[in-house]
Amino acid sequence: MVEEINSLPPALELRGIDKRFGAVHANRDLSFAVAAGTVHGVIGENGAGKSTLMNIIYGFHRADAGEIRVHGKPVEIHSPQDAIAAGIGMVHQHFMLVENFTVLENIVLGVEGGPRLAGGLASARAGLEQLARDYGLDVPLDTVVSELPVGLQQRVEILKALHRGADLLILDEPTAVLTPQEADQLFKMLGRLRAQGKTVILVTHKLREIMAVTDRVTVMRQGAVVAEVATRATSSRDLAEKMVGRAVLLQVEKGPAQPGATLLTVRDLEVTDRLGVPRVKGVSFTLRAGEIVGLAGVAGNGQSELLEALAGIRAPSRGEIVLGGRDLVREGLDPRARRHLGLAHVPEDRLRMGVVTGFSAQDNAILGYHDLPAYQRGGLLNRAAILGGCERKMAAYDVRPPNPHLRIAAFSGGNQQKLVLAREIDSDPRVLLVGQPTRGVDIGAIEFIHQKLVALRDAGKALLLVSVELDEILGLADRILVMNAGEIVGELARAEATEEKIGLMMAGVKGEGRA
Amino acid sequence: MSPPAKLPRWAELGLLPAINLIAALLLSGAIIRLIGESPWAALKLMADGAFGSQESIGYTFYYATNFIFTGLAVAVAYHAGLFNIGAEGQAYIGGLGTGLVCLWLGAWPFWAVLPLAILAGALFGAAWAFIPAWLQARRGSHIVITTIMFNFIASALMTWLLVNVLIRPGQQSPETREFAPNAFMPGLHTLLGKIGIPFTSTPLNLAFLLALAAAALVWVLLWRTRWGYALRVAGRNPAAAVYAGIRPPRVTLGAMLLSGALAGSLGLNELMGSQHRILLDFPGGAGFVGIAVALMGRNQPVGIFLAAVLFGALVQGGSQLSFDMPHVNRDMVVVIQGLVILLCGAMENVFRGPLSRLFAGKTRSPKSEIRNDGGPDA
Amino acid sequence: METYTLIVLLLAATIRVATPLLLAALAGMFSERSGVIALGLEGMMLGAAFTSASVAAVSGSAWLGLGAGVATGMALALLLAFACVTHRGNQVVAGMALNIMVAGLGPALALAWFDLGGQTPQLEGPGQRFLALTWPWAAAADKVPFPGRLYSQLLSGHNLIVYLAAVLVPLSAWLLYRTRFGLRLRAVGENPSAVDTAGISVTRLRYQAVLISGVLCGVAGTYLSTAASAGFVRDMTAGKGYLALAALIFGKWKPYPTLGACLLFAFTDALATRLQGVDLPLVGVIPVQFILALPYVLTVLLLAGFVGTAVPPAAIGVPYAKEK
Repeated sequence: MVEEINSLPPALELRGIDKRFGAVHANRDLSFAVAAGTVHGVIGENGAGKSTLMNIIYGFHRADAGEIRVHGKPVEIHSPQDAIAAGIGMVHQHFMLVENFTVLENIVLGVEGGPRLAGGLASARAGLEQLARDYGLDVPLDTVVSELPVGLQQRVEILKALHRGADLLILDEPTAVLTPQEADQLFKMLGRLRAQGKTVILVTHKLREIMAVTDRVTVMRQGAVVAEVATRATSSRDLAEKMVGRAVLLQVEKGPAQPGATLLTVRDLEVTDRLGVPRVKGVSFTLRAGEIVGLAGVAGNGQSELLEALAGIRAPSRGEIVLGGRDLVREGLDPRARRHLGLAHVPEDRLRMGVVTGFSAQDNAILGYHDLPAYQRGGLLNRAAILGGCERKMAAYDVRPPNPHLRIAAFSGGNQQKLVLAREIDSDPRVLLVGQPTRGVDIGAIEFIHQKLVALRDAGKALLLVSVELDEILGLADRILVMNAGEIVGELARAEATEEKIGLMMAGVKGEGRA
Repeated sequence: MSPPAKLPRWAELGLLPAINLIAALLLSGAIIRLIGESPWAALKLMADGAFGSQESIGYTFYYATNFIFTGLAVAVAYHAGLFNIGAEGQAYIGGLGTGLVCLWLGAWPFWAVLPLAILAGALFGAAWAFIPAWLQARRGSHIVITTIMFNFIASALMTWLLVNVLIRPGQQSPETREFAPNAFMPGLHTLLGKIGIPFTSTPLNLAFLLALAAAALVWVLLWRTRWGYALRVAGRNPAAAVYAGIRPPRVTLGAMLLSGALAGSLGLNELMGSQHRILLDFPGGAGFVGIAVALMGRNQPVGIFLAAVLFGALVQGGSQLSFDMPHVNRDMVVVIQGLVILLCGAMENVFRGPLSRLFAGKTRSPKSEIRNDGGPDA
Repeated sequence: METYTLIVLLLAATIRVATPLLLAALAGMFSERSGVIALGLEGMMLGAAFTSASVAAVSGSAWLGLGAGVATGMALALLLAFACVTHRGNQVVAGMALNIMVAGLGPALALAWFDLGGQTPQLEGPGQRFLALTWPWAAAADKVPFPGRLYSQLLSGHNLIVYLAAVLVPLSAWLLYRTRFGLRLRAVGENPSAVDTAGISVTRLRYQAVLISGVLCGVAGTYLSTAASAGFVRDMTAGKGYLALAALIFGKWKPYPTLGACLLFAFTDALATRLQGVDLPLVGVIPVQFILALPYVLTVLLLAGFVGTAVPPAAIGVPYAKEK
């Protein structure tokens, strides 16, 4: 099989792709080739330039320099239309589907086969049934897309690409929204595609997926290709080091935890979404002073809803959240009241919720604390106190540049996050809820943030850490709760936790720690 | 890159509006040329008509007073993330409140009528804004559409009231009787006269000072209080507001009540200050001009004041123009207003792009110009 | 008998009032279904009313007037698309600005060109207006009250644009639901990213939709000034563009329900005219203003979810940017 591949020109070859966005050098002179009939991994941290590169290949952005060759022939890709014509299909991380259209309508969009719909739909239906048989991609063609589960929606996206005659399929972070089972199904499907001669590019930041399905892997860092290896000739640790650019500090420096009194008790908490579907199903746990409890799980298994319910952003449908002897649920306390009781919250999605991008740093540094007496004078806001407070926080958390007047959007992700953390810790909370503390944050800031979290623990605070990065949970947590499908399926002390054990629990296998 | 590029503050607040305004005036000039008049002569006539004498200045600021009220109304809603197209209707109904107080309590002394008239105008205007606000906050009805509908409903209601209920007995035209002189807003020339400054008699009146006070009040409320902070957070990022313990629906209600109250104050100037009766369609489009004023003034009180004076000058200068140029009527002013709204409000990106490239070329990559929220891989 | 004739006449009036409303509402449907808010209907209609009356007056041909009206509608639509689609400007502001600008421009140009105080000359000559067409045997049928009078008064006796508007409803429905263009149009109003990644230009689709909207508003404006009346007068659309928007919302952005909403709104208008000052048994005199405000009140109630629900196209009002 390998010999056969080598005799063909590569399905896709990139030569010297370069792209800048203003001052950001997103892609630096990238070159690599993807052999036909293989699954090729592209791995890199957030911000490594993977998405920019894929958007260039799919015609969303124009490269400033460089050449793209498909099956040995140079192609000009100016729009998705050109990419489709070159046989490139893309499955985006956020699906590109019209929610209130049927599967069939979604698939034929853009390739309707004539100005009148009826004929095109009929012939597309026949073709799709054939495709579905060939690749085992069964989807109900006449169902409205919004009624399909996420896994099937992704399948629609793949069918859409194949129906357009895609020969090279790019999948951008395809497992972010999938359960482990769905991810495994997807990987099997990719195997079938490869067996039928298709070429697949898998873009991800997850090492496990690269090791599981790819033949070769290209590693990107800071916009450049830093390595390209055969998957079987490398290891997770090796790839991780290449991604980060140095030996990875998998273990955060910290002493043993000395848990004290219970600060927060959650009992039988149930949270339903807007449609009445339960997302958190009767969860109970406690947080003690001086410990970091990690909440692990595949994204979308109820962690976000649980975190927001604890913070007071979502109202639970049942259960208790007890802090300092008061039941926050029964009293119906809003996030502001909870902050006054010593419950601070670093939200999962910083830009969506944690900051107001149009505001200056100093105005962001009081978000949620704007009614503290310290910031008032004579019924008005005390601008001097707000400015001083921001300068103090910026100094203590090494926020750069230390300019309180600068709009928050002008700071890097890491510096924004440091300011959010500084804001939440500044009120000296008893309990800190932290969601994805290092998402979209550069390596230097990650270490700083991790050290701060450990220091908080050592100062006797209780921390709940929600993260989809297993390494982060393993590095920081003293106790680990694993969530699957809205339930806590297991609890592990750090000492007994391994990646394998947690992985099994994340997949829904109940742990021994709990019934 | 798709998000509109960022400009330095002075360019954003000063240069860009100026360029947009000049473009609008150039287009207006082209239309005047099309009509067969000289744009340059027209501009001189308008400038002279708006600022050439005490009388014209008085009229300019009298018109500007209406626009300050409605401009502030639009701006307050804007900061809360709401587009209030209904300032016209709120001004209409608010004026009804002011007018009713003046009709009923006209025999009272002025110092007693004034606060009640202010209160009634604000209350009526706020009430008319409350229904769309409530529908937006609680039922998710799009406030742009509902406020438009409420303009028409207000118009129908006022026509009915003036034709059937409030009409002065024995009169044909649908308007009320004149207010008692006690309920007249004192002219600014009278007030200035009292402190020894002579000024020509114009409709410019005390309401102008009230409008300035309202502008100052709006500034303090929005930028110097917790309430205003919460309003601006909810307007910019509702999810962050919820996270911060601010309730966006409550902000929607509060902002629209204030917005309606500001629009509803128009009657203080127009009815108490000048017409001295309630009559059909007295807001005369000031609610819509308020949108232009707010846009042009970048939703800041000082900017709104300047923009309101500009639009006041357009109205006053335009009426001078229609006197002196036989082929130009006051509709030309409406054209210019429309062009200003179009270029300042809807087409500002046309010039923003080239302008930001110009700045990017001059000041290569200073830290403050980098946007991280729209960057690649973000 | 007398009541019967009254009803027939009332319905005939309804059709006449409904025509410009329907044309504008269909115009709004194409625009909004593509994701562009249709607040500029009023201005596009008014602009077309002015140019069609002007050209008809000068050239003596209603058809040339129609051409000018359509061209004006398209030109203004292009301006809107340039501001909102190409430069991703605020669609609400652009629509309002257009309405205000045209409200001034029409009378200003009319004064300069015709010197009649902001109106265009009366269209009196032969062929300057779209006049009522009498169908065969209408006069004979009128003598038979039922069903003859329905034929003579309700079906016959309207001008060409009325019949055109009637045909446009099934045509629009067909275009929207049975053609490639319709599929893409509906898709771009729901999820422009899906359309873009499918290799279709979002910009081009939205330009097409807004241009169609301009054409239909052009016809609607021509109807107002060269069919329903004999010339252009200041502010002659009198809020019909906004009423059409209300009808579109009331019709849930679908062709046939929108037709229903237009007929309902037009009926209230015709009824208000008919009931002016009439003392009805039991209720007395219903103020005409209340009846005229009814469409707006109904639309607000609908938007509030008290009478059914109105779900607008998901991407409406949001300028499309390639970034996520």
